[in-house]
Amino acid sequence: MTGAAASVGQPVAARDGRRRRLRRGDLSGMGFLAPFLVFYALFLIVPLIYEIVMSFFHTSLVLPGLGGFAGLGNYREVFGDARFWQAVWHTIWFTIVSTPPLVVLPLFFAIVVNRLSHGQWFFRLAFFLPYILPSAVISLIWVWLYEPGYGLVDGALSALGLGAPAWLSSPDVALYSIVIVTVWWTIGFNFVLYLAGLQDIPRDLYAAAALDGASQWQQTWRVTLPMLGRTTTLVAVLQVIASLKLFDQVYLMTAGGPNYSTRSAIEYIYDTGFTSQRIGYASAAAFVLFVIIAVVSFGWLLIVRQQEKGV
Amino acid sequence: MAVSVPWRRDHAATAAGSGQVAPRAREDWRGRLFRRAVTGVVIALALVWLVPVAWTLDTSVKSENATIIIPATWNIPQFTFGSYSAVFSATALGRWYLNSAIVSVIATAATVITASMAGYALSRHRFRGKTLVYGCILAGIMIPPQALIIPLFRELQAVGAIDTYWAVILPQVPTPIAVFIFKKFFDGVPVELEQAARVDGASWWASYLRIAFPLSRSAVAAVSIFTFVWSWNNFLWPFLSATSTSMMTIPAGIGTVVSGVGIMNALQMASAVLASLPLVLVFLLGQRQIVEGVAGTGLK
Repeated sequence: MTGAAASVGQPVAARDGRRRRLRRGDLSGMGFLAPFLVFYALFLIVPLIYEIVMSFFHTSLVLPGLGGFAGLGNYREVFGDARFWQAVWHTIWFTIVSTPPLVVLPLFFAIVVNRLSHGQWFFRLAFFLPYILPSAVISLIWVWLYEPGYGLVDGALSALGLGAPAWLSSPDVALYSIVIVTVWWTIGFNFVLYLAGLQDIPRDLYAAAALDGASQWQQTWRVTLPMLGRTTTLVAVLQVIASLKLFDQVYLMTAGGPNYSTRSAIEYIYDTGFTSQRIGYASAAAFVLFVIIAVVSFGWLLIVRQQEKGV
Repeated sequence: MAVSVPWRRDHAATAAGSGQVAPRAREDWRGRLFRRAVTGVVIALALVWLVPVAWTLDTSVKSENATIIIPATWNIPQFTFGSYSAVFSATALGRWYLNSAIVSVIATAATVITASMAGYALSRHRFRGKTLVYGCILAGIMIPPQALIIPLFRELQAVGAIDTYWAVILPQVPTPIAVFIFKKFFDGVPVELEQAARVDGASWWASYLRIAFPLSRSAVAAVSIFTFVWSWNNFLWPFLSATSTSMMTIPAGIGTVVSGVGIMNALQMASAVLASLPLVLVFLLGQRQIVEGVAGTGLK
């Protein structure tokens, strides 16, 4: 009995009973892990392996089996496929354009709102509410807001005496229109992350800075911003990873158009797999994208590790 | 999920004592004006953020003809709830509600149960290969499910599950980040209670079920709300795996309304409002857990 108690999170002292105890721990530990691991294996690991296997074959959506062996043919084609890299570029460009406002704006909002003594709930509601709405609803709302002529955006601009671009139907503008929607939709998540980060800054620091004669402005620059460094990195990297998975709002609002000018990498995989039915080839493209996202995520882990060591 | 911040305690103590009056007193009138102006800007932007929501509500109670007036106006010439009833007759929204509820509730329950058990094992048990298993699960956080849609589809097609609840629900269950959250939580719970129970002869299962799980209420709440919202909103997978209209969840179904034909602006906005209602409810009821959950995933 004492043996069982000792194995609860405590280092085991007695040596002779050890092997048996370990085996018992093995069994019950794996028993607790098993349900999760079954789902994990079936719906993440097996698909991942299957995707890698398919990427070496001419697999078709409508035919059973893997199809003919392709060797590295699919990968050679992916690397030379201008449409794939165009879609990857849209995704990267979207990330480059949307990340700065999604990192800086909520930071500004959070710093200002955090100083208010009451009414913070209103800002949380305003900024966070869109974040919990489904992408399909977001797309419905914004297609209607952008509607040429009848839409509220055009109405507001014409009331100001300004002309409006063709928000979703001009190849030069459409991606930026989607950036605006995405900023509106997802800013709340970062806003809340920053608010949490601000809560963790010790008030003493401000008091000390004030004693030294620092103005409010100086306190913000010299105390708040440096103390939020870790949160800002986190927000930026989470943002980049999320942006690389861009699909829903583009697919729903423009279907990748006009003239493929907004098609994202995930949508390219979807199109080749489910419309052109070339799932062997689409798997190769998906795996390339998978590697890109995994590398970025791994870079994030390294940055976070580094920062934790620094602090 | 609570983050241990070494200075938290003194900070709370001094904040209660001295407050932050001192720095404010030092401010001159220009500083005050600047601060007011900045606050004003943020208030204005918060109002701007609410405009799309207000416009959606406004459009949803217009008649279809009132939506095609140039320029767009906020006036509601004929206030009507007609579009709300039209949604139910024009689309299968009622059915989509049911499907979404079934999918999200089952996916959430399965995620919470499996992830909490796994997190418990990783926190409390000692066994060979534990580090390896934990490493594999952590690596899973980096797997983007969107990049796996093709093999997943193929896999479920092979067992004839496409267009069933199974196909929509099961792939949503493995959520490595939830395991991570639970493990962190159990790591922070003292083991003495469980040890005592185990000395008294309680099995692992009993000490988990009677002691650890009830103690983890706040982690359960955060993970449940997050999984529920995420599952309710999930578009791509349900859209692929539920091919017939009667099997669609709300986002997939609403997706078909986006590309509808004819003038249906009011109807579309009414369906947007109806599709969002459960989430707004969850948000208003669980705002604190949601906010804490976001902070928790962030500050891990």
